Amino acid sequence: MKSLVIERTDLEKLFSTLVGRGYRLIGPTLREAAIVYGEIKTVNDLPIGWTDGQAAGQYRLQRRGDAALFGYNLGPHSWKKENLPPSLRLFSAERRDQSFVIIEEPADELPMAFIGARSCELHAISIQDRVLMQGPFVDPTYARRRNQTLVIAVNCGQAGGTCFCVSMKSGPQATQGFDIALTEVLDGHRHYFLTEVGTTRGAEILNDVPHRAARDVEKAAAQRIVDRTAATMGRKLYTGGLKEFLYSAYENPHWDDVAARCLSCANCTMVCPTCFCTTVEDVTDLSGAHAERWQKWDSCFTADFSYIHGGSVRSSTKSRYRQWLTHKLATWMDQFSTPGCVGCGRCITWCPTGIDITQEVVSLRERQPGRKEQSDGEP
Amino acid sequence: MVSKRKPKLAVWKFASCDGCQLSLLDCEDELLSLVGRVEIANFAEASRAVIRGPYDLSLVEGSITTPHDAERIQRVRRDSKRLIVIGACATAGGIQALRNFQDVKEFVSIVYATPDYIATLDKSTPIAAHVPVDFELRGCPVNKKQLLELISALLSGRKPNIPAYSVCVECKQRGTVCVMVARGEPCMGPVTQAGCGALCPSYVRGCYGCFGPMENPNVESLTAEWRHRGVQAPDVVRALRSFNAYAEPFRRESEAHDQ
Repeated sequence: MKSLVIERTDLEKLFSTLVGRGYRLIGPTLREAAIVYGEIKTVNDLPIGWTDGQAAGQYRLQRRGDAALFGYNLGPHSWKKENLPPSLRLFSAERRDQSFVIIEEPADELPMAFIGARSCELHAISIQDRVLMQGPFVDPTYARRRNQTLVIAVNCGQAGGTCFCVSMKSGPQATQGFDIALTEVLDGHRHYFLTEVGTTRGAEILNDVPHRAARDVEKAAAQRIVDRTAATMGRKLYTGGLKEFLYSAYENPHWDDVAARCLSCANCTMVCPTCFCTTVEDVTDLSGAHAERWQKWDSCFTADFSYIHGGSVRSSTKSRYRQWLTHKLATWMDQFSTPGCVGCGRCITWCPTGIDITQEVVSLRERQPGRKEQSDGEP
Repeated sequence: MVSKRKPKLAVWKFASCDGCQLSLLDCEDELLSLVGRVEIANFAEASRAVIRGPYDLSLVEGSITTPHDAERIQRVRRDSKRLIVIGACATAGGIQALRNFQDVKEFVSIVYATPDYIATLDKSTPIAAHVPVDFELRGCPVNKKQLLELISALLSGRKPNIPAYSVCVECKQRGTVCVMVARGEPCMGPVTQAGCGALCPSYVRGCYGCFGPMENPNVESLTAEWRHRGVQAPDVVRALRSFNAYAEPFRRESEAHDQ
């Protein structure tokens, strides 16, 4: 792949080119004491000079000592909210005499351009693609949004306190799923973006943005940044034999320990970029002449989720947490041929009581009945 | 399908502030549709006209705090096909259930010039402690959209979409940043039932728990986390003892911290 360089001063041209081509820009911006994904217009909407400190159950916005545009880790939002909206009307229906007519939803107005997607997030998107548009049943809204969305990726310049993408082999360098990928380099007085092109669509857009071929020294500087990020992950998860281990851990005593801390509040599933479960609600108005069908994010931490005739299959918090973790790290592989976790760490940071999926796996391994001291667990 | 006769709707008040009834009047745009579908048979906040029972649907606001009300709710139940209780008073005893943690006789002797005139019960209790109820709509006050959803569902003979999960789900669905994780605010959201649309966190305040305990609340774990983050025991008790103080999971946990 040929590497290019876009100067910081020319990045605005990338944004204006995208806007000029009819894209709605969705990217990182400061809101409510966090860096969230929202609609942005210019480079000035980015969280310039801001970063974040993260730990289990804790996120704090912090000032940087420089003017980096993408110098933060992951925030609470993921691109899931754009591809698979939290709440979406699928269609409406009107009563007409003794029958009814279906009123279809209009298609979205403008295609989106994601600005600043990280490698783990691109992996999460490809996992959702597999579930929602590459199986026998295609979610038409999801597929339409995915097919028209342009992705500008950013390689991570630092690792967050709860990041473990290296363990999940999903980062920190973007290798797939982008039209253009940037590595932000702040090198003394210089500020530029090492740029890689992933698609012809990306190459076409760069025609309108000033750039030049990267020098070897610039390529090396960008690579050092990504390598340093990979070497400073906040968390790690030893995945060796994990699927088989979890299949044998159904009666592990540690599940009770997690359940005592778990609030069953569903935050982990809401912030997870791969969790894709939705429910469908039919609503009618008072007149009874108008009905709507809505799709909404659902969570395996609710009682309704596993409700069938006779009651909820997973009535206890323990059974819900066990199901969630086992699905993410084991059954997902049998179902979709990948783990359902990309190591983004959001479920750790945004759990109000700081439950840490990487630590729970360590504890489960340690407390597995019949465990041989040296043969499993982390080497 | 819609029957010829319009169903009769009655609204009943017990110990309460009237705020939940007013949520019904607050449905300004939908009020005309509502009176098109039901006959308002008894609703003192809206009309002096009273039509005799029985009633197809009764909305009951307020808790039971007097011997007289304890009898009256029995009559309301007898006269109602469906009895829906609305608001924290009716579902959990309300803010007036704070009396349940103290000696009411002592209050009465201090507050009233002639305590003998006061006939009151030791405890403020929810309607379901006295009669069977068909649905409990939470909130202090109830959410007007949920109230309309519930009435629409009942009129159409379908299941109401009133989730029992946590406020966190609503925060995340609307994209609100978690005030507990990002600011360290003690928030009742993880143990509180959704329904308000995550109002307070969207204004950068912790949830006050107006909608009462969610379906499987782990209040012990949440308050342990607050304590770990520096919240003092009396403040934990105060947070748990508000509009839903006597809801069992909140009551139990507040008593554990009330030394």
